[in-house]
Amino acid sequence: MNNKETIKEMQVSAIENGSVIDHIPVQGVFQVIKILNLDQIEDMVLFGNNLPSGKYGKKGIIKVRNKFFKREDINKIALVAPSATLIVIKDYKVVDKTVVEIPDRVEKIVKCFNPNCITNNERITTKFDVIKDEDALKLRCHYCEKTTSKENLVFF
Amino acid sequence: MNNRNLISINDFSKEEQIKILDIAEGFEKNPSQNILSQAVVATLFFEPSTRTRLSFESAASRLGAKVIGFSSSASSSVSKGESLKDTILTVSNYSDIIVMRHPIDGSARYASEVSPVPVINAGDGSNQHPTQTLLDMYSIRKTQGRLDKLNIAFVGDLKYGRTVHSLTMALTQYETTFHLVSPLELKLPSYVKRHIKQKDLEYHQYTDLMEVIPKADIIYMTRIQRERFSDPMEYEKVKNAYNLDNAMLANAKDNMRVLHPLPRVNEISEDVDTNPKAYYFQQALNGVYVRQALLASILGVK
Repeated sequence: MNNKETIKEMQVSAIENGSVIDHIPVQGVFQVIKILNLDQIEDMVLFGNNLPSGKYGKKGIIKVRNKFFKREDINKIALVAPSATLIVIKDYKVVDKTVVEIPDRVEKIVKCFNPNCITNNERITTKFDVIKDEDALKLRCHYCEKTTSKENLVFF
Repeated sequence: MNNRNLISINDFSKEEQIKILDIAEGFEKNPSQNILSQAVVATLFFEPSTRTRLSFESAASRLGAKVIGFSSSASSSVSKGESLKDTILTVSNYSDIIVMRHPIDGSARYASEVSPVPVINAGDGSNQHPTQTLLDMYSIRKTQGRLDKLNIAFVGDLKYGRTVHSLTMALTQYETTFHLVSPLELKLPSYVKRHIKQKDLEYHQYTDLMEVIPKADIIYMTRIQRERFSDPMEYEKVKNAYNLDNAMLANAKDNMRVLHPLPRVNEISEDVDTNPKAYYFQQALNGVYVRQALLASILGVK
């Protein structure tokens, strides 16, 4: 084990089985917790923020014991943590490592930015198509057809 | 198109849109056809729009259908606090199709998802008004003999004009050249212009109306509304910039026709009305044929 990994382990302790979400932007950690409903989980959840990162300077990390995320669930965090990696741990060993992917559709988690949208006026689950053109990520509301840009994302 | 919803103009393919225009032509030749005498059409107008409502009700009546409904929220259970979902579920028990107008964006899409009967959107807030788009397309095809390769000028409020946005998107399916005439603060928004650019179609922007009159096959006028301006001085500056009068049409092409979604205020002066190039009242009549075609094809009798 090299030095770097030892330091990491000391900052957020290792889990025997479960998932690690690494390389979360520091401003995104609490949103990731919210999007994945980690506050509802009864097993152990560990997280660290503003940890040193070679690639990004600072980063956040979340470890959830005995939890294995579905692809479509983990992809929801791509809106706030496009650089995140998902690591699956079994018996303290990394058995899988993947990057999150921006989904084509986003449901439930984001509020429509248009105050005159029906989703802000009746109890309706929001649905968006993700538009990825010109490098800027935008969400197009399934109902009012208006777009919400990344800076205006509000999570439920 | 049996049992389909019409919420956004894009819900119907180019071929389906043409099919509706073709069926509407049949109704223009023979408007009274008693083919929906067993049907009940609900017109739910959560905000008043007398013109659109009467047009739908006229269309339904000419097909022999019965019409039920309300013309403002004040005269419905909405004023008692009923949700849109409950109103739709209740009314769908009483009718075979729902035509709805609502001030909230996206309300029509939502209604179509909870309703067991088909829904036609007659305008949802600032979002969509697809039957207006179809009647505009009908009017263009009728007066020009085609939809392809036309010079279409849009004049006035291109920023907030819902009819302009939907018609622009529909016309990007054809080889249209767009001439966009507006004050700088009311230019066509980039999310609409994007559709023109995606199809590599030609478009030109102007602030001077006179410049486009000799080029256009269709001049589509819209109203500039005072409430769109945060600065009243700005409104005063532009309010009379796009008033079309008869003398201005001297250099127009013979085939050119003036369209307007109505109501008109002062953007087309009354001396244009008797010019054979004025087509806006006929355009409104075409709305009845197009709505007949929609009711008949969605209810499966055409």
